[in-house]
Formats: sequence, structure tokens, C-alpha cells
Amino acid sequence: MSIQTEPFILNIGPQHPSTHGVFRLRVTLDGEVVVNVEPVIGYLHRGIEKLAEGRTYTQNIPFTDRLDYLSSMTNNLAYCLAMEKLADIKVPERAEYIRVIFSEIMRISSHLMAVGFFINDLGAMMTPVLYMWREREKIMDMFEMVSGQRLLYNFMRIGGVSQDIPGEFLPAVKKFVAEMPKYLDEYDQLLAKNEILLVRSKGVGILPKETAISIGASGPVLRASGVKWDIRQLDPYSIYERFDFAIPTGEVGDCYDRYWVRMQEMRQSVRILEQALAQMPEKGEVCASVPQFFRPPRGEAYGYIEAPKGNLGFYIVSDGSIAPYRLHIYPPTLINITALQDMVKGWKVADLIIIFGSIDVVLGEIDR
Amino acid sequence: MTTLLDQFQLWLKGFWPEWAAYIVPAIAGILVIIAFVLTIVIFYIWWERRLLGRFQIRTGPNRCGPEGIFQPIATAVKILLKEDIVPDKADKLIHFIAPIIVFVPILMIFAVIPISEGAILVDLNVGIIYVVAISSISIIGIFMASWASNNKYSLISGMRSIAQMVSYELPVVLSIVGVVLVAGSFSMLKIVEAQTIPFILLQPLGFIVFFLGALAEMNRSPFDLLEADSEIVAGYHIEYSGMKFAMFYLGEYGVALAYAGIITTLFLSGWQGPGLPPIIWFLIKIIAVFTLIVWMRATLPRLRVDQLMSFAWKGLLPMAVLNLVIVAVEVLLIPASMQWVMFILNFAFAAVLILLWSKLFTLGGGRVEV
Amino acid sequence: MKFERYGIGIARGMALTFRHLFRSPITVQYPEQKLVTSRRIRGNELVWFPEKCTGCATCAKSCPQGNIVIVTHGDEGSKFIVDKFELDSGRCMFCGLCVESCPYDALAMGLNYECAKYRRGDLVLSKEKLTVAADHQPSAYYRPQFEGKLPKQSLLLWNKADGGQKLRFLPLSTRKRGSGA
Repeated sequence: MSIQTEPFILNIGPQHPSTHGVFRLRVTLDGEVVVNVEPVIGYLHRGIEKLAEGRTYTQNIPFTDRLDYLSSMTNNLAYCLAMEKLADIKVPERAEYIRVIFSEIMRISSHLMAVGFFINDLGAMMTPVLYMWREREKIMDMFEMVSGQRLLYNFMRIGGVSQDIPGEFLPAVKKFVAEMPKYLDEYDQLLAKNEILLVRSKGVGILPKETAISIGASGPVLRASGVKWDIRQLDPYSIYERFDFAIPTGEVGDCYDRYWVRMQEMRQSVRILEQALAQMPEKGEVCASVPQFFRPPRGEAYGYIEAPKGNLGFYIVSDGSIAPYRLHIYPPTLINITALQDMVKGWKVADLIIIFGSIDVVLGEIDR
Repeated sequence: MTTLLDQFQLWLKGFWPEWAAYIVPAIAGILVIIAFVLTIVIFYIWWERRLLGRFQIRTGPNRCGPEGIFQPIATAVKILLKEDIVPDKADKLIHFIAPIIVFVPILMIFAVIPISEGAILVDLNVGIIYVVAISSISIIGIFMASWASNNKYSLISGMRSIAQMVSYELPVVLSIVGVVLVAGSFSMLKIVEAQTIPFILLQPLGFIVFFLGALAEMNRSPFDLLEADSEIVAGYHIEYSGMKFAMFYLGEYGVALAYAGIITTLFLSGWQGPGLPPIIWFLIKIIAVFTLIVWMRATLPRLRVDQLMSFAWKGLLPMAVLNLVIVAVEVLLIPASMQWVMFILNFAFAAVLILLWSKLFTLGGGRVEV
Repeated sequence: MKFERYGIGIARGMALTFRHLFRSPITVQYPEQKLVTSRRIRGNELVWFPEKCTGCATCAKSCPQGNIVIVTHGDEGSKFIVDKFELDSGRCMFCGLCVESCPYDALAMGLNYECAKYRRGDLVLSKEKLTVAADHQPSAYYRPQFEGKLPKQSLLLWNKADGGQKLRFLPLSTRKRGSGA
């Protein structure tokens, strides 16, 4: 005798503690097993691409901060890279090193936030989050010293960075880099072999290698599925070819691998920081001279970087005037979410939340 | 030994009629128990919030009163002042009764917990069975609350709750039987008196099984998927506000206090201890047990519902049965004067069994080879 | 045979949490204790130097949102007199592009971050509120000449040699709390 069941639709709505923003999922459940999931996006759409057409190139930089608001230096960097490709501007040496240092510290901060909230979705009651935020607090203090703000920095300019770094910054970074591996070891002690974390995330939400490549995933999601793809080594931008670091890859592509890849990437970022601090020139210019109402030559350019979430790209079409003709943003997390339906079918409600948390979305980037 | 209440009643019979000498101490005893429970629950709320804060490298609440000791009272006042919202299509009668059914049995458990030497409301000779029976009534209340709310989130939570609570009753009861075998009686006072060596040392496996089962019965981390904040946003009490929510909230800490009291009585030798007066020892022990519970809440993520069930049925239940068999054999063979032999044997068995059972932990839902 | 997953991972995690009980908390008891902000803080109310300003309105042109409103009239000769210099600080996102673009160093970011008002209209600051004064000092964002007068920032990084999470506060900020209405 079989019990007759009927699937029902549950709305994990825009306001929910675990959707990392305003994101809506219409889930069809059969008991506790997920049958189908439909994401609904657009709750944070601000029209950045359209607004950008009415503002000059320098005025667009604060808007790019607000895309992936948890790692705003890397967004600035991608935009400036696209503009420098378009107008063929050479960035001075010291500015390149400053940009690399900021990008790597930003990567550490973004991954701390991502891993912390992944564990929070598992139910660990904010304890790992608060430990990781202690490090993030240190990072935000250092950035406040340089740019004056703690979250949305607006620091990079076309042709370099906006101001030179103050004297206390480099000793602070050196101390941070010296202490960070010890705190990373502490997180591993708390989490890496925790039986409950293993049992809940190993083998859950597998993204196979072929699917990951065919949907165009990038970032830690792609690397966790076993593909060794990192733009910093395959197609180096800025001065990344001077640094020596490894690319951690996962084996299976489950949630545990995505968590593990992010923890290892933080260690590699610390390695890059040590090398950059050693090689940085003492003095130099920090910005190429670019006029305030900048008119680049007509044409188009696509600048892309390895942001903490994946392959972030900016496509700029210019018609020779002071404002861009078209600005298009290629968000990595929007492409990563297209795999959500395949990853989630057959798992339970609790797994749906963790799989979504392990992709690490920021709604500002998806909705723009 | 007779309880304090019996002595009080005997003394009153001297100069009052029979019925008055019976009723008045009973009512006085009930009032003392309720006052004790409410005071310690308020202390627990404060202690948990400060302790969670210190585990998370922050101070807990420290604004309301010196070091925040009036914070639970402020919380209680806030909850009471809130509007009592009942959803339109909810089943009104069941929605109303459910908090009562959850809260009252918890208060009733305290009738048989000995707080100090002889300070117990009634020394039932089936004390521990009474506790098991009464604590099972709250499960119905939780299910009623989740069904009557007319909300899909609370429905999911209700289904999980039946599965979880029912399946964790078995290991709990079986480990209690192990204690009863060594102590020789069901009555709580006699169990405390039989503990010259605390039973936690004599039956470590029984303690572990009972503690994990009790955590699941209390819906606390790592088994708190009934009110998983990050998935189903407060589970079965999602549609409650005001005084009804206060009953759920107090009930949660009340059941933590009840199980802390039971663990102290069964495994930690109750109010016995050198030096300080017995009631101080009892308080120290329940606070220590509660600290352990909060410590687990601060550190561990939660389990999924099917993993929880497999942990209960495949992990805890066989261990509870094996514990019972081992203890039964030992009680038969070892004379009462050499109880410390049990201590060594049981620790060895516990270590071996836990190591063997860890082989059962399959990862990936059994579907993937990892 | 190899034993794994018998609870040792959980035990080590709990040992770490227990160790944290003995580290002093990193909470800052605001408002009795305040952290000293960085010298380059992009604070809330801009600071305007009327003697240096020529009314060229480059700042107004470089604001991404058009928050600055400038009205001038010509003087005898070729100078401008600024009649109205208004900043809508409710819409401002404190990006600092106006400060960076001023060619005469006449505008600087403020130091304040506690300026909540009860009415939205009060957030529109007129030129009297923006003028530099004894209690309205500029921050050193893009203006290194003001760095000397400002205190150093309090950093979480400079704690005691480990174990301790003790914040080292530099002497507490002496600015008064922002006024209400």
C-alpha cells in the first residue's frame, strides 16, 4: 500500500535569513525532497548599466563599487582595466603593486564573509562568523586608513589609484600577513574535520566538471569541480605574472570542496601578499595623468579579472564623448546560479539552503 | 527518608484538622517549586546570552541593569506587551491550546526532582517513569502548534518534530533503565542515595546516550532543526506572538532546566558533595550541565533530518541496548562492594563501542563515494 | 584499521571555542568608548573654505548625482561671489569625487559621522553650515595638509602579543555627539 502524496510549492521569499540578499526561490517540494526550483531575481535592480550612460567615466567608479558590495576594490579594478585597454593608458609601477595588494586583501575579506555565512547557514549560530569577522574588521580598519571608508572604497582610478598610501599602511599589512596563517589554522581546527560539517556537505550538491564548463561557471565554483582555471595565471592582467602561487582545485565539486577551495585560496592570497610587499618599489607615481572629463578614442573593450566570486568583466563601448555609450557588466554569480536547478534536484530543503550558500552570491551583482 | 514536605505535614497535623494539614503544605510546596523554576529559568536566559557572547568574543547584553541581569525581565516584558496575532485561517481552538500543552507538562516534571536533601514535592516510587511519561506530552503540543498555524514552514517543522521526538525517546528510556538497574529503585530519592560513586563514572556510555538524547528532546543544537533559524525561520512557533510565544520561549528553557535536573539526579549524584550545603551543590551541578549544553550550541552546526534519524536508530539505539546488556551482566556478577570495577570495564567498553560505531558514518547520503 | 569520524573533530572544535572564553572581547561600548576614525575619513558634512572658493562649480559638475547646488553672481571685475552653496547630504554617497576635483583646495570632507536629523529637509546643508569653523574641521582625504592636526586611527590589529584581543584605544575622541534636530 503506498501513501498518496502531492507536491506543494514553498516560497523561500525575498525576506529570509539565508538568501544572502533579496532573492526569491519558488521551490516545489515533495515532503522534504526538492523536486523543482525556480529562482526569481530582480529585487535589487538599480539600473546601473543605464545610469552609467549619463555619467562620465570617473563618475561611474562609485557605481561599480556597489555591484558586489563585499569586494568593491576588485570591481573598481575590472572597470579601470577595461578603460585602460580602451584608451591604451600605462599604469605606473607602484600603482600596480598597490592594486595587487588591495585586490588580494579584498579576496581574503570576501572569502571570509562567504565561508562564514556558509557555516551560518549550516546552523552554527554565528560563532564561526564572528571569528572570521574579527579578521575582516582588521581588514576594514586598514582600508579605512587608506581610503576613508570601510565598505565602498571608490579608490581606484583610470590609470592607477587615487592617492598614495599613508606611512602606517605597510607595517599594518605586514603584521596582518604575519598573523593570518595562524588564524586560518584556527578556523581549520574548528571546522575542517568537524563531523557534522562533513556529513552535511560532503557529496551534497555535486556540480560535475562537464556541466560546470558548459554553463560557463567561474571562480571557486569552477575550481571546486576540478577544473584548474584561474585568470591570474592563464591570462595574467596587471602584474600577476611576477608572483608565484598555486591554484587549489577540488575533486568532486560538492559543497565541501567549494568551502575547502576558498580556505586554500586565502592561504594563497597571503603568499601573494608576502611577495608583493617584498617587491614593491619605495617611491613612485600612483596615477597616470588622465583629465577629469576624459574622452577615450572610439571603440570597445572588454576588461576581465579574477574577482573573488569568479570572472568579472566589463564591456565598454565608447563613441568618443565623455560618457560611455554602453556599459555592460558580466556578473560571475548570475552565471553560477544557472546551475542551481541541476545541483539541487533530489536533495532536501536543508541541503537547498547550503548549496545556495556555497555558491556565494551577492545580489548586488546579479541584479545590478 | 521522608521528605521535608512530609515532615511539615506531620507537624501541622498536631494542631490543624486533617484536610488543612494536607492541603496547605501541598500548595506551599507547589508555589515554592514554581518560584524556583521561574527564578532559575530567568537566570538561565541571562547566563546563556552572556556565555554565548563570551564564546563569540563579544560581551553579551550588559546594559539593562548591572551586567545585564535585568535583560531577561526586559525580554519578558517586551514579549508580553506584543500584540497577539492569530492568522485568519488558522484553527483557533488548537492554536490557543497548543502553548499550554507544551508548557504545563514541563512544570509538572519538577514535582519529582530533589533539589536538596529531602526537598522534593512528592517522593513517588515510580519517579523516573513519571518523568518519562509526562515529558512525552509536550510533543503533542508542538505538533498541534505547527499544524494549526496554517503555514507551510511550520508544517515542515511539525513533520520533523514527530519524527525527531519519538525516535529519541527510545535511547533515553533505555539508558535510564541502565541507571535504575544499578540503583535498584525507580524513586528519584533512592537513586540519588545509591550514588556513592556518581553514575557518570560507572556508566559513561549511558551518560553520553542520555545526554545526546536529551539534547534532541530539548530541540537544542545540534538537533535544533525544529526551529532552524536559517532554513524554516522559527519553525513551529512562526505564527505565535505575545504571551503564547512567551510560553514557548519559557518552555524551552524550562525543559532545559528539567533535563539538567534529571541528569544531575541520575548521573551526577544530585545534591551530594563535600563541604557546601546540598542546595548549593545542586545549583552548581545544574549550571555546569547547562554550560555544557550552551557550549555545544555555540560550536556545532545542525544535522539534517534524515541524518538525525539515522543517528538515533542506527547509532544511539544499539548503543543504548548494548549498554543495558553490559550493565545488567555486571550487576549480576559484581558484588556491591566492588563497584569500582564497573568503572574500568565500562570505560573500556564505551571507547571500543564508539570507535566501532564510527565506521557506520556514511557521507554523501550514501549516494556518492567520497 | 583506520578510525575516523568518531567525534574527535567535534571535540577539537569545542576546545577552540572554550579557549575563546579566555580572550577578552573585542566589543566597543559605544557611546562611552569611541574608536578614533582614520585621518582620511570621508565624513558626513563637507567643509567649505569660502576664501579659496572661486565659484567655478567644478565640484558640482563632478558629483555623480548632482548634489551640490551653486548660485553665483558676478562682481565688478572677473571674480564671482557665491550666493548659495548647498549640499544635499541625504542623497550624497560620500564618494569624494567633488573633493578630488576642486582645483583650489576649497572643499574637504568632514570628520563627523553622527549627524542624524529628525527631518529630511534638515539634511540639506546651506553654506553657513558648511563653512569651516572651530567645531567643523576638515579631514585629510585628498588634502594631506590637514593630516598633522588629526589623531592617529585606532586599529584592531595592534593588540597585545596574541591571546589578547584587547583593543588599544588611542585617547577617546573628544568630539561631542551630533546634535539632534
